Amino acid sequence: MNSDITSFASLAPAFPEMLVAAGAIVLLLFGIFTKKERANGVAMAAVVLLVATAGIVIFHPAQGVIFNGGFIADEFARFMKVLVIGGAAFALILSLPSSRQHQLDKFEYSVLVLLATLGMMMMVSANDLMSLYLGLELQSLAAYVLAAMKRDSARATEAGLKYFVLGALSSGMLLYGASLIYGFTGHTQLDLIVDQIVMGERSIGLIFGMVFLLAGIAFKISAVPFHMWTPDVYEGAPTPVTAFLASAPKVAAMALLVRVVTVSFAPITSDWQQIVIFLSIASMVLAAFAAIGQKSLKRLVAYSSIGHVGFALVGLSSGTAVGVEGVAIYMAIYVTMTIGLFACILALRTQNGAVEDIAELAGLAQRRPFVAAMIAVLMFSLIGLPPLAGFFAKWHVFLAAIEARLFVLAVIGVLASAISAFYYLRIVKTMYFDEPVLEYAAVPRELTAVMGVTGFLVITYFVTVGGPLAAAARVASGSLF
Amino acid sequence: MNDLLSNYLPIVIFIGLSALIGVALLVAPFLIAVKRPDPEKVSAYECGFDAFDDARMKFDVRFYLVSILFIIFDLEVAFLFPWAVAFGDVGWFGFWSMMIFLGVLTVGFLYEWRKGALEWD
Repeated sequence: MNSDITSFASLAPAFPEMLVAAGAIVLLLFGIFTKKERANGVAMAAVVLLVATAGIVIFHPAQGVIFNGGFIADEFARFMKVLVIGGAAFALILSLPSSRQHQLDKFEYSVLVLLATLGMMMMVSANDLMSLYLGLELQSLAAYVLAAMKRDSARATEAGLKYFVLGALSSGMLLYGASLIYGFTGHTQLDLIVDQIVMGERSIGLIFGMVFLLAGIAFKISAVPFHMWTPDVYEGAPTPVTAFLASAPKVAAMALLVRVVTVSFAPITSDWQQIVIFLSIASMVLAAFAAIGQKSLKRLVAYSSIGHVGFALVGLSSGTAVGVEGVAIYMAIYVTMTIGLFACILALRTQNGAVEDIAELAGLAQRRPFVAAMIAVLMFSLIGLPPLAGFFAKWHVFLAAIEARLFVLAVIGVLASAISAFYYLRIVKTMYFDEPVLEYAAVPRELTAVMGVTGFLVITYFVTVGGPLAAAARVASGSLF
Repeated sequence: MNDLLSNYLPIVIFIGLSALIGVALLVAPFLIAVKRPDPEKVSAYECGFDAFDDARMKFDVRFYLVSILFIIFDLEVAFLFPWAVAFGDVGWFGFWSMMIFLGVLTVGFLYEWRKGALEWD
């Protein structure tokens, strides 16, 4: 077979990925050939590399389909790539001040984050079931190692192992689905699969393949009933790694799901719609109830992220361009809120170590008023109170559901949102109305900066970034329909 | 649909037959073999001696590491063969793809070397 890569210039749509790959290799070589361990320097270089990559994606986008249909660079990929790169870069910045306590002060940490980011960019741009799997595995394998990076901690290794075993199971399901789809359509390329579905009748084998594929992806976005690994992994992994796992990979997997269902399975929308609606309702409702009993802050965030995936899926359930636009906006706001929240969690330290219990937040408002205020703002935003960003995220996805006449789904979503307000507000109550028990350590500058930026974006969303973000999301979803 | 499934009929028959024979061979000794156990017969046999210790022992994790590292380079060669055979067809794109692949693999090799994974002590 002849390749469509005839010159170096024809690789232009993949330049951002090539930059990240080359950068990761150079940093790895630098790490092994320098005598002294310069972990924070490597992390800083990785952040610069990610910022440069985001610059290429934003200001010099080259669009097109290359590698014989395996790789696509369009507006949707561009939007999601910016989110993925931003999430990864901020997660790296969050790890800087506390890398020693979490045993992340190794150059491998930054290299693995870069490789995971490369995998995620590949997932976002995948136009073929094989390149899709390639990206997914590159991201997952790096993430398994990251989760178990704190080797002396039994909880971290357990988290890594659990993540690996369940991740391997989900990859197996995804591959099984992909093989069925290939068997019944004769294609692995997403836009050729759809032609085949339009021409032939909708066979039962194809539906089976699609269900397995969706189950595999549902594992990766941790939608109920494939969410079991999330609380354990989020709790066991070092907190900066949890910040990374909760932000960028969710966006990439969601982008993958959106592309697969809207491009490949457009003619059988009513079939995948049922599955997505089920995942959405189950995620929202289970997360709302399961989070109530949590005592650990990180487990609570894990359930909260499961719930938010459910809300994002409300938008996708509509199967329309407006819905995909809602998903894109939702993921952008979700990443911002998650990064801000983890900056706050990492800032909560005493002399003896990290604070991870909700009860230990008592009286935080008197000791650290800024951190407490930021947590309160983020909690109100996660509930979805206007005029904070979280309100507009939910507004867009519910609007899409109403337009698609999915009234029951929208009502259940609003009810789940109201129930989830209980556990978010309980944290605010603990911080503001309980007596202080702990003496907190000073907050590092980097974390204050990240908290300030995310807090500013969340509070002033409507007047600052809201308009441009919605416009960019509209262009992004337009490229899929 | 039925045509497709009937293509798989031979393999179904094969699986059924092999399962049947396997189970039959496992079950038959229980039913028809002569069983006269004594302590000598049922004890573990280790070259005529009494067993020294339990067979489930810990062994050095480095064996595992070496075998993993071996497999990577073993598979690399398995990948090089079809590439070499099809070299005339894959052209410059194929050539550079393989060179990049080998380059990335070399970086991995340098990493394990510098990290001391190849030293036994």
